[in-house]
Amino acid sequence: MKTLEYDVAVIGAGAAGLATAKVTSAAGYRTLVIDREDFSGGVLLQCIHNGFGLHHFKQELTGPEYAGKLESEARESGADFQLSTTVIDLKPQPDGRKLLIALSPSEGVFQIYARSVMLAMGCRERNRGNIGIPGTRPAGVYTAGLAQRLINMSGLLPGKSAVIVGSGDIGLIMARRLSWSGIPVKAVVEIRPFPSGLNRNIVQCLNDFDIPLYLSHTVSRINGADRVESVEISPLVNGVPDETAAFTIECDTVLLSVGLIPENELSKKCGVAINATTGGPLTDAWRMTGVDGVFAGGNVLHVHDLADFASDEAALAGMRICDYLAGRRPGREDAVTTGANLRYVTPNRYIPGEDIQFFMRSMVVDDNAVLLAELNGVEIMRKKLRNVAPPEMISVNIDGKLTQSGGELRFSLLTGGDK
Amino acid sequence: MKRKLICIACPVGCHLTAEAVEGGNIEVEGNRCPRGKAYAVNELTDPKRMVTGVVRCDSPAVPFLPVRTSEAITMKLIAPLLAELRKVEIHCPVAAGDVLIRDFRKSGVDVVASRAVGK
Amino acid sequence: MNCYDVAIVGAGVSGASVAWQLSKYKLKVALLEKEADVGFGVSKANSGIVHGGFHHSAAKTLKAKLEVRGNLMFESLQYQLGFPFRRNGILVVGYSEEEMETVRMLYRQGKANGVRNLELCGRDRVLQLEPKLSQDVAGGFFAPNGGTIEPYRYVFALVEGAKRGGVELLTGFKLSKAVNRDGRWELESADGRRIAARYAVNAAGLYADDVSRIFNAEQFRITPRKGEEYLLDRHTKAAVTRVVFPVPTKVSKGILVIPTVEGTVMIGPTAEATDDKSAVTTSSGNLQRILAQVKHMVDGISAGDVITSFAGMRPTLPGDDFMIEPSAAAPNLIQVAGIQSPGLTASPAIGEYVKDLLKNCGLELVEKAEPEPYVPPVDEIRRRTPEELDALCKKDPAYGRVVCRCEQVSEAEIVEAIRQGHTTIDGIKFYTRSGMGRCQGGFCTERIIKILCRETGMRPEDITKRGGDSRIIAGRLK
Repeated sequence: MKTLEYDVAVIGAGAAGLATAKVTSAAGYRTLVIDREDFSGGVLLQCIHNGFGLHHFKQELTGPEYAGKLESEARESGADFQLSTTVIDLKPQPDGRKLLIALSPSEGVFQIYARSVMLAMGCRERNRGNIGIPGTRPAGVYTAGLAQRLINMSGLLPGKSAVIVGSGDIGLIMARRLSWSGIPVKAVVEIRPFPSGLNRNIVQCLNDFDIPLYLSHTVSRINGADRVESVEISPLVNGVPDETAAFTIECDTVLLSVGLIPENELSKKCGVAINATTGGPLTDAWRMTGVDGVFAGGNVLHVHDLADFASDEAALAGMRICDYLAGRRPGREDAVTTGANLRYVTPNRYIPGEDIQFFMRSMVVDDNAVLLAELNGVEIMRKKLRNVAPPEMISVNIDGKLTQSGGELRFSLLTGGDK
Repeated sequence: MKRKLICIACPVGCHLTAEAVEGGNIEVEGNRCPRGKAYAVNELTDPKRMVTGVVRCDSPAVPFLPVRTSEAITMKLIAPLLAELRKVEIHCPVAAGDVLIRDFRKSGVDVVASRAVGK
Repeated sequence: MNCYDVAIVGAGVSGASVAWQLSKYKLKVALLEKEADVGFGVSKANSGIVHGGFHHSAAKTLKAKLEVRGNLMFESLQYQLGFPFRRNGILVVGYSEEEMETVRMLYRQGKANGVRNLELCGRDRVLQLEPKLSQDVAGGFFAPNGGTIEPYRYVFALVEGAKRGGVELLTGFKLSKAVNRDGRWELESADGRRIAARYAVNAAGLYADDVSRIFNAEQFRITPRKGEEYLLDRHTKAAVTRVVFPVPTKVSKGILVIPTVEGTVMIGPTAEATDDKSAVTTSSGNLQRILAQVKHMVDGISAGDVITSFAGMRPTLPGDDFMIEPSAAAPNLIQVAGIQSPGLTASPAIGEYVKDLLKNCGLELVEKAEPEPYVPPVDEIRRRTPEELDALCKKDPAYGRVVCRCEQVSEAEIVEAIRQGHTTIDGIKFYTRSGMGRCQGGFCTERIIKILCRETGMRPEDITKRGGDSRIIAGRLK
């Protein structure tokens, strides 16, 4: 059985993994990027629309262009790639190294010993079972990402007319993609009182095509014997579908864009503890998981709304992997906690006195909110935020000078009267 | 009359108001960068959109090549452009950024490959 | 017209078991299935439990007699046919003195039925056997002979074995006409195919009443009793090791917690009489009801663990017993109707019983000289050690290409399913488990479409979820 040895094994060659690999290989650490697909780029390759790269590369790119640039950078920095390869097991060894068992059609089973591991497996889509849409079980119900892959990678059309459940960005982008492919989109149905996707996508993917968006509505039933024939849509009253006010829309396709779940099956196999709110690993300030030498970043850690943020975060983790390999450790770490109106903050710990970037998600919609950072209950920073909403991740840098004394660092979001 | 717009130039999505004033000028508020102003002016005169899609490709591994317009194109030309893309077939290799259709119907907008595909 | 000794109408657990039994004899047998694949009717939505033989009285019902006999036949069947089956035992639990009264009654009934090794348990013993049960359990009894099985895999294996023994399978054969002429049945399908057979078996499940009418035989009515099931992720905190039963109600064995043979957990089924045989729908209220009931038994269960739900129909007759007998109205026809729970458990015995009934009706059974067919287990990469997996890849690199990441299914397994005749997305799913995990086909469906097209020459537009008009792809990007 072939055995490889590396300083860094990056699992997943998407927006996160490629960014990490660039950083660690550029620093001189032998880095191997592993991906199960035949090409690197992950889901970016099927995201043929533009809107990527503004943060990470300061230029607007399509998904494949963004992936291509990340891959070139990683390769130019000296990273090796093992594509068409699935990591089937990940085991910490007594000597501190990590053993990866990998499988590929050309090599069979082989082993990789790595001094550190970057988890960058991304996420998967929530599906019909996760949200429990009642009704029959006909063909024609797809996650938006599957439909995207069918159309953009294989040129196959999933139906003749569609209703999209959920107004997340993938769903909105798919509304435009279907419309441009000659498949009318009859409605987008969103259970929340506000859209889940970016405003720009509401404009250019729905409004441009006169596609109605039903907020505070839910698909209360899927009808059809062999193939979807129609869906029943009900308004929500006090959180419960009001079926007396239900209406039916005929369509042969239902696309689901109802959220993403970090894909941590492999992480769990090697003993990484998972944060129940984000679905991603619990990490320290370096984005190192509870397993020594195993780091995480991108959508495997928490779901980002922009690929750029996933890359930024994974690049930060890459810098810390370099620190780790150089024998440094975070030292003293204190807790980061989640206050009012925030769903989560990541990372979950910080190092007093060091600059750090946090990502967090709001639970509320507000066009004029204030983000408050408190250390041991004392305000250390206050930042005005325009247009805060759950779908739009908040990113904030905290200057190390502010946290020198250490203690509990708490973030909260002040809205309306709280300010 | 004031029109409320949401800028689509970048993911920030600024809320804009735009108004045609005397002298044919358009006043824009709420933009945080010059692209927002340009977007609002276009929206009131000749709305433009980026178009992305795929075209057939003779690579067995990548049968459909992703493409995009070099810049936003007038919405009037989107339907004819999509029809044109259905007829295109690309021979590999192709590099990202290669121009596949030059100056589509004198719009000044090209269609370029957005992924590199080897032979 | 092809003439057979026996034509079996319906390739669910009952029909497949009859076909398997008959394949051991020098007979020409046709197995007729109206759907695109076998087991696609009542059988596929079964809970997959090999019952313990204590829920019904063997002295009073045929179903209990066959259940007790069938239960004992699974090891030898598994050895020959290679399907996943595990005797992980059944725990029936009570939460009050009143429920414990029923528990004791079931225990006595099981003993009277001749079931061995049943164990009446106090609270501590129950919690020792199943530590994930809620602490307020009063007691229960343990039936170590109970087990779990994948019902579709079981039907596939029976049919595969029968086919290797010479049985001919005709799918998409919806019986529309049956005429007895010159002592043999002439059978016609809705699409115009015709065959003849000396004997016929009506194992048409939910539609056994319609089929009986087509044969001009007994008039009876099958009443569907719907059951909804919810499948939980294998990472659920509620992963019990035994099948956990509450005390039964009048109409069903109650809502169970079932550790499936493949490591996921299923909760259900509901029991709801309906008039519509096609109404295999799920409803929003039922999940909440099921959850409330099972949380009472295993409090670690959470709605967030649900990865999919489905509904199935139990074909019931008045009196709730099986009807397995030669027709009194039509010649050389064996009726196999009302095969509801515990039909899966009883099925090996049903096959044997029907074979004997056919013999009594004059069918001559001559054993074949060659050994009985053997279906080797499929090489599944998820069950292999790295060394074994490496050897498989050297034999066929397609074992190294993981198509379904959630359930770890390789391309080689998908190809094997297709070669075995499973050419729908559901057929491949049931055979390999691809698309059965937590992403429910989000990642692998597109890959499976490509493999199906490559292996069969089908166009993407021809591929269906489960036959008929359940097409996956509507057209091409033009």
